[in-house]
Amino acid sequence: MWAILSLLVENKPGILFKVTHLFRARNFNIDSISVGVTENPDYSRMTITTYGDDKQVAQIVKQLDKMIDTIDVQRLDEHKSVYRELSLFKIKLSNASDSMEINKLANAYGGKVHDVKKDSIMVELTATPDQTNAFEELAKPFGIIDVARTGVTALQRGGA
Amino acid sequence: MNKMETMTGAKALMTAMEKEGVKQVFGLPGGANLPMYDEFARCDIRHILTRHEQSAAHMADGFGRVSRKPGVCFATSGPGATNILTGIATAQADSSPMIAVTGQVPVAMIGKDAFQESDIIGMANPVVKYAYQPRTAAEIPEVVRKGFFIAETGRPGPVLIDIPKDVQTNEAEMIFPDEFKIRGYHPWTDPDIIACEKAIDMLLNAEKPIILAGGGTIISSAFAELQSIAETLMLPVVTTFKGKGAFPENHPLALGPIGMHGHAEANKMMAEADCVLAIGTRFSDRSVGNVEAFEKRLKIIHMDVDPAEIGKNQTAQIAVIGDVRVNLRVMVKLLLQKAIKKNEESTWIKHVKETKAYWKENLKLHPGEMGAAKILRKLRELLPKESIITTEVGQHQMWASLFYDVIQPGTFFSSTGLGTMGWGFPAAIGAKVARPDVPVVDIAGDGSFAMTENSLATAVLEDIPVIVFVLNNSILGMVAQWQRTFYDRRMIGVEQQHCPDYVKLAESYGAQGLRAQSMDELDKAIKTALSSDVATVIDIPIDPEEDVLPFVAPGTSLADMILPS
Repeated sequence: MWAILSLLVENKPGILFKVTHLFRARNFNIDSISVGVTENPDYSRMTITTYGDDKQVAQIVKQLDKMIDTIDVQRLDEHKSVYRELSLFKIKLSNASDSMEINKLANAYGGKVHDVKKDSIMVELTATPDQTNAFEELAKPFGIIDVARTGVTALQRGGA
Repeated sequence: MNKMETMTGAKALMTAMEKEGVKQVFGLPGGANLPMYDEFARCDIRHILTRHEQSAAHMADGFGRVSRKPGVCFATSGPGATNILTGIATAQADSSPMIAVTGQVPVAMIGKDAFQESDIIGMANPVVKYAYQPRTAAEIPEVVRKGFFIAETGRPGPVLIDIPKDVQTNEAEMIFPDEFKIRGYHPWTDPDIIACEKAIDMLLNAEKPIILAGGGTIISSAFAELQSIAETLMLPVVTTFKGKGAFPENHPLALGPIGMHGHAEANKMMAEADCVLAIGTRFSDRSVGNVEAFEKRLKIIHMDVDPAEIGKNQTAQIAVIGDVRVNLRVMVKLLLQKAIKKNEESTWIKHVKETKAYWKENLKLHPGEMGAAKILRKLRELLPKESIITTEVGQHQMWASLFYDVIQPGTFFSSTGLGTMGWGFPAAIGAKVARPDVPVVDIAGDGSFAMTENSLATAVLEDIPVIVFVLNNSILGMVAQWQRTFYDRRMIGVEQQHCPDYVKLAESYGAQGLRAQSMDELDKAIKTALSSDVATVIDIPIDPEEDVLPFVAPGTSLADMILPS
C-alpha cells in the first residue's frame, strides 16, 4: 500500500541524513522524498512516499515521531490531501507533426511546453504520480530522452 | 538571564558537567581531546583512565545503569571515537543513560580526511539517542544541558557530544542556561487511567493471567508497584532476561526469566498463559521465541514509555504508554479504590506453583562437583543480597540467569540487547564507582573476560575492588554449544587452550588471582575476595562439555524447550 508521510522537522544540517538513515536501518524503503523550508525558517517540511501495510506504516510513523528532530509526523489520507509532483520530460521530435501532438498531450495533462528545439521538446507537468505515469506512457512512443521528477509534495486539505 | 562568563569551550564543558553533578569521567586522552583533559587539572571531576576506549564506554554504561544518572566517557577523535562505538551501541540497545564526549579535528579540517579524523556523528547516528557537534564554543553549555536531559529522561540512552579541537580552545561568553526547549522531544506523558482500568479488567477476566516484567521495570524502579500488583491480583511473574530481578526471585510468585535460556517453569507458564501484563519490554526474539506461537491465544497488555515499541514486535490489545512506574501506581491505586484483592488461590495459580515445584526438583543438573548450578548457587549463598552482579556474554551469562537468584530488585545487569562480550568487567568497575559500599561481581566466562581484561589496570590503579568470577571452560562455550547442537560437533574457532593463565594475569596487574578447583576452594576464594580491598579474579575451571539447558532453539516456541536428558 502506498502511503504519503508529511514531516515537520528542524531546519538544521544532517536531518535529511537521519531520516533517510532511519528508513534504511528499519528496513523500509523511500519511494520519493521532497524537502523544503516552511513559512517558519526554523522548520522544514519533508514529504515522503513509501510502501507498506498499515502495521508497517504505523511503525515507521512512530519511529519518525520518536526522532528528536521531528516536530510532527502525519500519514496523509490521499482523499483528504492535495499531493502533486513536478516532472520535466525531454521528448524526441522525429516527425513534423510530433511537436503539435506533444503540445496537445501536454495540454490534456495541464502541462507546459518549454525549450522547443529542432529535435526535442521539454514538457513540465505538475500532477499526481498516477497522472504523471499515464502521461509518460503516452509520451513513450515519441521517444523519451530524459525524465526528472521531484517526488511528491503534499498538504492536508482544509482546517488548521 | 544567567551571568555571562568568558572561558574556553573545554572549560565550559567541564563547568557544565559539574553543574550536572558529574563526579568522574572514564576515558583515554589523545591529540584531539587534550584541551578537555587539561581541564581536569582545574576541576573536581575525577578522571579514571582506561586502557581501551570501549571499556571507558562500558564503565560509563555500568555506572549509568546502577546510579540511573548518565555515566560519562571521553575519547579522542578517529580511532578513539570508533573504539567507543561498540560501547555506545551497547548502551543504546539496553536503554542505558550515557554521555560520550569525543574530540574531533578542528572545524576547518572536517571533511579533509585529516589525521585521526572520523565522521563519528555519521557512524554513531543509528546507535545514539542523540548526537551533537557544537561548531562554536558558545554552544557548549546548552548542548551539555540538553544532552544530559535527553540521555536520562523518557527511554534513557546514549548521547554523543563530538567537539572539534578549536571549539574546545576558543573562548566565548558562556551562558549556562537553566531553561531550554527541545521542540521535538516530549519524554513525559500523563498517566493513562482509562487504559489502566481496562488492563485491570482484562487481567481479572483472564483465566491464566501472568506478568512479564522487562528491563523498563528496572529502569523506572517500579519494584514496589510490580510486587503490589502481583500480590494483590495473585499473578505469577516471569521476566525477560533484561528484567531479571525486577521481582525478587525468591518470592513464591516468581518464576524467573523466560526466553531462549529461560527457566523451564517460566517458559512453560508463559506458553500456557492467556493474558499477559507486559511491562517495559520490546518482546525481543530471545525472550519470546517464535512470534506467532507467542501471540497465539494470548491477550497482551503492553506498558512502555516508548510508543514506538507498541506493535513493533507483538500486537497488543491494550497499550499503556508512559513511564511504567507512573502507570503501575495508577493501577495500584485503582485496585485499592475498588477494594480488589484476591485471597484464594485459583486453579491457575495452584498449577503455576506445582509446575514451579516440579522443575525445582526435576531439572537435571551437571553431575560433577563443579557444575555451573552448584558454582552459582554457592556464589549466591555467600554474597550479601544487596551485592551487584554484572555479566559478560555467553554460557556463564545464561547460567547466571538460571541459577543465580536475584533477591534485591535492580541488582543484576547484563548486556542483553547487543550481547557485547567484554561488557561485564568494565561495567562492574562503573557499577562499583556508583556503589562503592556493596560488593560488585562480574560473572564472566574466559572468552568474554579476555576481551576487556586490561581493565584490571584500571581496577588496581584506581582502587576499584571488583570481583571477576570466571567460569573457565577454556572454550567459547556458547558457540561450542551451538556447534555441538547444530553443526554436528564440528568445533571451529572455539578452543582457548588454557591461554592465558588468569591467576598469573591478575597478579601481573597487581590484582589478586585465586583458583578454585573444588567447592571448598570456591567457598574460600569467594570469602577471600569479599574481604579483600583489591580487585580479585577467581578462576574456576569447569567442564567444557556442559551445555546451558533448557534451550529454546531460535525461531521455535517457548513450549518446545530442549531439556537436559
